[in-house]
Amino acid sequence: MAKHGIRVTVNGTAHEAEVESRLLLVHLLRERLRLTGTHIGCDTTHCGACTVLLDGHPVKSCTVLAVQADGRDVTTVEGLEQDGKLHAIQDGFIQEHGLQCGFCTPGMLMTSCALLKSNPSPSEAEIRAAISGNLCRCTGYVNIVKSVQYAAERLR
Amino acid sequence: MATQTTFEVGGMGHSIKRKEDPRFIRGKGNYVDDIQLPGMLHMDIVRSPFAHAKIVKIDSEKALKVPGVLAVITGETLKQFNLHWMPTLMSDTQMVLPVEKVMYQSQEVAAVIATDRYTAADGVEAVEVEYDPLPVVVDPFKALEPGAPVLRTDKEGKKDNRIFHWEAGDRAGTDKAFAEADVVVKQNMYIPRIHVASIETCGCVADFDRVRGKLTVYMTTQAPHAIRTVFALVAGHVGLSEEKIRIVSPDIGGGFGGKVPVYPGYVIAVAASVVIGKPVKWVEDRMENLQADSFARDYHIAAELAAKKDGTMTALRIKTIADHGYTDAAANPSKFPAGLFSICTGSYGFQKAFVEVDGVYTNKPPGGIAYRCSFRVTEAAHTIERMADILAQELKMDPADLRSKNFIPPDKFPYHSALGWDYDSGNYQGALTKAMDKIGYADLRREQAEKRKRGELMGIGISSFVEIVGAGPSKHFDILGIKMFDSCELRVHPTGKATARFGTKSQGQGHETTYAQIIAEELGIPAAHVEVEEGDTDTAPYGLGTYASRSTPVAGAAGAMAARKVREKAKKIAAHLLEVSEDDLVWEVGKFFVKGAPQRSKTIQEIAFAAYTNHPQGMEAGLEAVNYYDPPNLTFPFGSYICVVDIDRGTGEVKIRRFVAVDDCGNIINPMIVEGQIHGGLTMGMAPALLEEISYDESGNIQGGSFMDYLVPTAMETPAWETDKTVTPSPHHPLGAKGVGESATVGAPPAIANAVVDALAHLGVRHIDIPITPEKVWNILKEKGAAE
Repeated sequence: MAKHGIRVTVNGTAHEAEVESRLLLVHLLRERLRLTGTHIGCDTTHCGACTVLLDGHPVKSCTVLAVQADGRDVTTVEGLEQDGKLHAIQDGFIQEHGLQCGFCTPGMLMTSCALLKSNPSPSEAEIRAAISGNLCRCTGYVNIVKSVQYAAERLR
Repeated sequence: MATQTTFEVGGMGHSIKRKEDPRFIRGKGNYVDDIQLPGMLHMDIVRSPFAHAKIVKIDSEKALKVPGVLAVITGETLKQFNLHWMPTLMSDTQMVLPVEKVMYQSQEVAAVIATDRYTAADGVEAVEVEYDPLPVVVDPFKALEPGAPVLRTDKEGKKDNRIFHWEAGDRAGTDKAFAEADVVVKQNMYIPRIHVASIETCGCVADFDRVRGKLTVYMTTQAPHAIRTVFALVAGHVGLSEEKIRIVSPDIGGGFGGKVPVYPGYVIAVAASVVIGKPVKWVEDRMENLQADSFARDYHIAAELAAKKDGTMTALRIKTIADHGYTDAAANPSKFPAGLFSICTGSYGFQKAFVEVDGVYTNKPPGGIAYRCSFRVTEAAHTIERMADILAQELKMDPADLRSKNFIPPDKFPYHSALGWDYDSGNYQGALTKAMDKIGYADLRREQAEKRKRGELMGIGISSFVEIVGAGPSKHFDILGIKMFDSCELRVHPTGKATARFGTKSQGQGHETTYAQIIAEELGIPAAHVEVEEGDTDTAPYGLGTYASRSTPVAGAAGAMAARKVREKAKKIAAHLLEVSEDDLVWEVGKFFVKGAPQRSKTIQEIAFAAYTNHPQGMEAGLEAVNYYDPPNLTFPFGSYICVVDIDRGTGEVKIRRFVAVDDCGNIINPMIVEGQIHGGLTMGMAPALLEEISYDESGNIQGGSFMDYLVPTAMETPAWETDKTVTPSPHHPLGAKGVGESATVGAPPAIANAVVDALAHLGVRHIDIPITPEKVWNILKEKGAAE
């Protein structure tokens, strides 16, 4: 299979890699760069556990080829905390009990983070619509909505 | 129970933040697929496209030529070690890999071991399997007909597809009560096959160290200790010995019952690691998870309820056909092939009841496991709560009034049910009244009457359920003979901090936090200073694991009892330090003081230090205790839920407008966590009520085998749940707690189904099987001339 040299900036650090055409971005992150916070929960792009930001926009990294990230910026859950200070969305999930098993959490955080960048004061309906591509089996979403609202207030 | 601790200490009743969260919100959890060992190989599985077929030939030649593919394992490979079959937890047998035939679509046929997951998948594509299709049996009723193909041809002398017949109650007495009844209502209902679909699928990393002869398996399991024993029993003949097996259950991304069984993938990965001598990772994908892992439910129920004219329920009779797929791989206690289905008399004071269940083989995946509920309790609650509404409809009574008339009254506890259970405590009317007040029941009924006049469809549904959890007293409950106790080993260190290890395994329930709170309550050591560990069989005491809401009732009780043992020893040390008799000491949270002289005291931290530095002569040093807790009874959490739905006459869509859940789980450890458990449980109750079903066509092809077709609720369908509580402590649990993780999954489906039927009752609708999809509702509306 053809190999490609790619250069991807992940959480501010530039990485170069030789990858097969078919390598998924999520596997580049998890297995090559050992950033295992991004999870895999399905194979049909429904669950959103693998959500990362690509040039600031949320994408499901199980449906993006690593070569498509060439020359671009990727932010994963590991990149949210800055200088030992949690991002408001991370704090929101702790304060409002927005997580239980933690498996969908990184994807939820990244989607919510992108929402708050584009819409600093989302309504409950807007939050629910934004996270509708991220499945959570534990929380029933009520506290995830509250977590996003908590973060929105802190960031405003 | 009023807490004795401050928020800073964080004992019972405090909503302290979870100790698990800091790692999860940073992406620093450690789930099975995150584990990467040096030299680790990857396994992928070839699966059957047929539901029933002879295997004519498996050709691995092309697969072995794929660069990076190291081995292809088949049933024949395993047969050499007599590992091609394994026992299920119900003492049935299950293929690890087939030698003669496959029994369901997506069954494991062969495994490919390769250097990475992509190459393993290439290898799977290259394995060529020749099948000879056999007649498929999908319908369990047809499976029981004379002349049906006998599926389990491996069982010598097996002449039909019946697995078991089980019954409980007084058949003759019940028949007599029915003959004498004023009113009898009957209803057939189907509780469909569904899948827990935890967001993390199942998998493992098997690592056999040839030099030490030690097998370590990192695995998605809710019951690591029992799994270790099963491995030792199954593979003892090939040299695996229990002390050389270490099962590690790391962070688990949701379990809900789906991570209790031993799946073939785990066993093949272990076999591959033992043979090759390198670590082998197997992680299933979502389609494998939905298509091949154990399913839940699949109960075909025929229920009858007898009553007096005034609505007094007198007798209940239930006959059920249970579709178990090709093997009984349920995870029930061994004496209970139909689980705790005999809780089906619910919250009501039946004099007579009789229930029977027949388990049946079909060409479907194995199982009959739980879906976030204690062994078959959801099926029981759905049946009785639907039947209560059907009786109310028949008698033209309000369903709330009918329930109130029949509740077991609070002064009758402990209550011995017609099917033999001893309910520990309850106040069912208290919960229903609270739910009715909170939702404004009378106003809703008025609104409904007005809307009906205008042709609008609105329904109100009630469910006043009772659960039976916390298995269990060892005299009745075991799995493969291992009694269903659970355990805690508590060590208080010299500086007054503690480590507590348990035989259970959290999958999101927050044990690291709530167990620490139990220790904090009992000893006054702040929860922040109690490190909780679970899931490593090399370090944790033996326990049966986390499922059926048994962690708080059993392991939580073990934690409290271990802490009390520590306190007993601490008292002796305090008496020594204060130079008084033990009888002169009084315990106040976190310290002992001298009666009448409260300024003379020793804190638990001072006592802990003394236990290692200045303990009394003749006493063993240290401050530790172990407790294996065998509960005297199960616990019986309960609640009343009220759901309000609006139905779109144009599309048949059901919209949950409001849902009030009043739960009673006894005394509460962490209210924040309890509320979170209820929110999640309600959502997993709504899911099968409105969305989820796994069905098969007549050839045995699965119809819901990916997230494209299997509709797990998103934030869009999920309503803003409203919760409240009553508190009726369990009289026999050391903390008065009952367990809560599954209550809402049990209680919610009938509340929703009852609401939808209530919305359509005036059109002559009496029952709709779940999931109540827009298509089903629209077809009913069309048939009744009510569609827009």
